[in-house]
Parts: sequence; structure tokens; C-alpha cells
Amino acid sequence: MSGRAERSAGRWASRAVQLSFLIALLVLWYGLTTWGHVSPILLPNPLAVLHELIQVITTGEFVGDLLTTLSELAAAFTISMVLGTIIGYLISRSPYLIEVFEPLLAGIYSIPIILFLPLYSLLFGLGEPSKIALGATISFFPIVLNTIAGFGHVDRIFIISARSMGASNYQLFRRVLVPAALPIILTGLRMGFTLALLAILGSEVLASLAGLGHRIAELDEKMDRAHMFAYITFAVVIAAFLNTVVSWLEAKGKR
Amino acid sequence: MTGEVAIRVSGVSHQFGEKGDARFVRALLDTSLEIARGELLCLIGPSGCGKSTLLSIIGGLMEPTAGAVEVGHQQVRGPLPREIAYVFQENALFPWSTVIENVKLGMLFQGVPRPEQEKRARHSLAAVGLADFADHYPGQLSGGMRQRAALARALSLETGILLMDEPFGALDEQTRMVLGEDLSVLLSRTEKTIVFVTHSLGEAVFLADRVAVFSARPGTIKEIIEIEEPHPRRPEFITSEKFTSIRNKLYALLHDEIRKAVSESARIDRTETGRGGSP
Repeated sequence: MSGRAERSAGRWASRAVQLSFLIALLVLWYGLTTWGHVSPILLPNPLAVLHELIQVITTGEFVGDLLTTLSELAAAFTISMVLGTIIGYLISRSPYLIEVFEPLLAGIYSIPIILFLPLYSLLFGLGEPSKIALGATISFFPIVLNTIAGFGHVDRIFIISARSMGASNYQLFRRVLVPAALPIILTGLRMGFTLALLAILGSEVLASLAGLGHRIAELDEKMDRAHMFAYITFAVVIAAFLNTVVSWLEAKGKR
Repeated sequence: MTGEVAIRVSGVSHQFGEKGDARFVRALLDTSLEIARGELLCLIGPSGCGKSTLLSIIGGLMEPTAGAVEVGHQQVRGPLPREIAYVFQENALFPWSTVIENVKLGMLFQGVPRPEQEKRARHSLAAVGLADFADHYPGQLSGGMRQRAALARALSLETGILLMDEPFGALDEQTRMVLGEDLSVLLSRTEKTIVFVTHSLGEAVFLADRVAVFSARPGTIKEIIEIEEPHPRRPEFITSEKFTSIRNKLYALLHDEIRKAVSESARIDRTETGRGGSP
């Protein structure tokens, strides 16, 4: 009991340090822009940003861009999840295929695929399809690699023991292989989701017609600095929220 | 030996790899054996003598290079989940399921109807003394309790034959002793045919009706020793004159084989280092 109380006290203490760090950053930001000689064109005052953020939220002007970004994310992640788990499972069925494809996929995974954005824009245009394609490509790799690792390294004794009790192929898959591989696959899905979100926001900033990233780039060109920071804040909060939800789902799935 | 034959092993040999292969190993050589219904037979022998291989062949988990195994009146060609249940040395419980889910899963694989599963699972968990741990996960149990749970899973399958591959091999001496005593009580009630692989002389003498002593590799049965002592065996049996004399006899039989096995593996080590070492 006391151990648990101590641990929880320790957790609150580190939460407090994290919070103080964020507050200190905000104070520094406020101090620099109020009393320092930082141009508001470079860095706007946090209160001005807050004012803009309230405007953005109350007028609902964000809705269109948010929906664009989220629908791109949903489409990209669905594609990479379906293809990544199916292809990963098929590769994991043969030691030969694992030997051939695992290093190959891991090699491609280490390339910064965002560099191919110009190619994607050429192939799929400046609109949503190029963001979906890029997000799906980037998030495919951690998902397929973790699926191979998950299904490919199930402890043999589990399989032998299930077979000895008469498990059919389907029962072996559903009751042994999937639960054994699930924790590793879920980690891959979480990593893939985070990468897809990064890739989509990033490519929207670089070249796009709509979406949160597009709005931020547009406001940057207009030098509407406080408004731009309000959108950055908004995007950060949305990203943090989505990542928290996905991490929670991952932990729940692993239980 | 009297009574009906439950398992008949005839002329079984097994080798891993092909002759001339670097990994070629002749594990079992022309082994024949008859195991009576309701008997507990221990297989004992030096490491690598093929006793676990023989168990896998009896269970249909491995196909022998030569010879055949019959269970009942059919030749074994694959796992026989309705006739044979297994307890493995390693922890073969599924860590993502609770103890009772693990027991029920075995019955699901075997094809037991669902309403029956719950009843049998509770019953077999109670028999091994784990009734209060049904909803724990294997990771929350000690090594001894995990092997009790694995035993409960095997018992719930209600097979005539139970194959146990060093089930207490990874446990400490004291836990082993208690589990051995409990097993003797439990199994004397179930009338199962049991083949039990072990490294422990004491365990073999305490549990078995007969002990089959294997020779060093390529393994074959060197001698079979009968132990006439009613089940369940009492702890006092361990300190009796009879126990000690049978144990000594086994030790004498095994000693030469273990020496042979050790010098064999030392020779292999030397030739391997010789090949890879300095010229």
C-alpha cells in the first residue's frame, strides 16, 4: 500500500516539474515579447495568440481545414493498417520471405520518405490524394515491420502445445498467433499513426490546397503572425489529443 | 507386466539431419516398449539420449525416421488430442489468458462443448489446489503454480494418456518434492497411463511403476526396473530401505551412460574447436 502511495506521490511530483517547465517557457515567451526587443513579426505576444485562438475556435473557421486533415489521416492510416498487417502476416508465414523482406523493408524505412513529396505531388496533384498517399507510404513501414516481428516470433512451445490439444488452423490463428503478436503489432500501429499525422501536416505546410498545415503556411505568407501561432497551437493540441487516444488504445489492447 | 497395452512402441529410430551433415544426430536407435493401461512409466537417461524425442514421437508431435507407435489400436501419425494430453517443461500456458481461460482454451481446441468447459475447468483447478487462482494471469503465479495450472489443463482434457516432459525440471528441489507427492495422490485416483520424462532419480523412483533407463546417444532402452509399491506413495517411502536400494541400482545403471555421454560431447567440442581454431 505505502509503496503504491509513494509511487503515486512520485508521479505527481514529476507531473508538477513538467508543468512548471511549461509555465516557465510561457513566462519566458511573455517576457521576451513584452519587455524584450523581439519583433512581433517574428514572435507574437502569447496574449495576442490566445486572443486569436479564441477567435479561431468561436467562429468555427477551423472546421473545414481540420476535417480535411483528419479525413486525409483517416484514409492514409486505414490504407497502411490494412496493407501493413496483411502483407506483414503473409511475409511472416515463411522464414525465407522474412529473411528476404525484413531487411529490405527496414532499409526503406530508414530513408526520409518525405523527400519524395515533390514526386507525390506530381503523381497525385496538390490536393488530398498526394497527402493520403504519402501518409500511407510512411506509416506502412513500422506497421508491416512490427507485424512481421509479431507473427514471426511467436514462441514455438505455444504453437506445439495448441496443436497437441487439437487446435485447427483457424483456432491457432485466432487464439494463439493473434494474441501473441498483438502487443508488437499495436506498437507498430501507434508508431505508424504518429508518422502519418506528421507526414500529412508536414506535406500540407510544404505544398497543398487545404488542411491545417496549409492554413498555417498561408498565414505565414500573409505575415499574420499571431493568427498563425493560434493555428499552430490548435494543431499541436489536436495532435497531442490524437496521440494520447492512440497510446491509450494501445495500452488497453495490450492489457 | 500385466493388463492391456495402452502404448506400443516398436522399433522406433530417429535421426536429425542426414548422414554426413554437420548437424547429423542419431537420437534414438531401434527402441521398443510396451506401456500398460494405467501404468506410470518414467524415462530416465543422460542428456541428449532421446527420451524427450521418444515422448514427442509417442505424442505424434514428431514422426520417427523408422518404426511405429500404436496408441489403442491405431498407429500414431499426428497429435491425438482425444487420447493424449501433454505437460511440457517450459511454461506452455498462454500469458495473455487467465488460468481458467487457459484451461478452457485446451478444451475448446479439443472440442468440448462450452457449458461443460466451465465445470471441468473448475473441477481440475480444484484438484491441483488452484481453485482460488482461477482468475490470475500466469505471470502472477510462481513456477510451481504454473506447472500445477498446466497439469490442470491437461487433466481437464480427460484423456487416457498423459505425457509429461520434465514437468518439474525448472523448479527448485523443495517445490518438486511437494508437487511429486501431490501428483502421486492425484494420479492414483485418475487411472491414467502416464509417461514421465525426468532427470531426477528420486523423482523417478518415487512416482513410477516402472523406470526405463536409456543408454547414451544413440539412445535405446538399456534396462527396465519395476518398483512395486502401492499408490499413492507416502513421503515415508523416500526414507525407506527399498527406496534407497532402487535409487542406488538406478544410479549404478546410469552412471556409466552419463560418463559416456559427457565424454562424447567433450570429444565433439574438441573436434569443433580443432576445426575452427588455430592451424
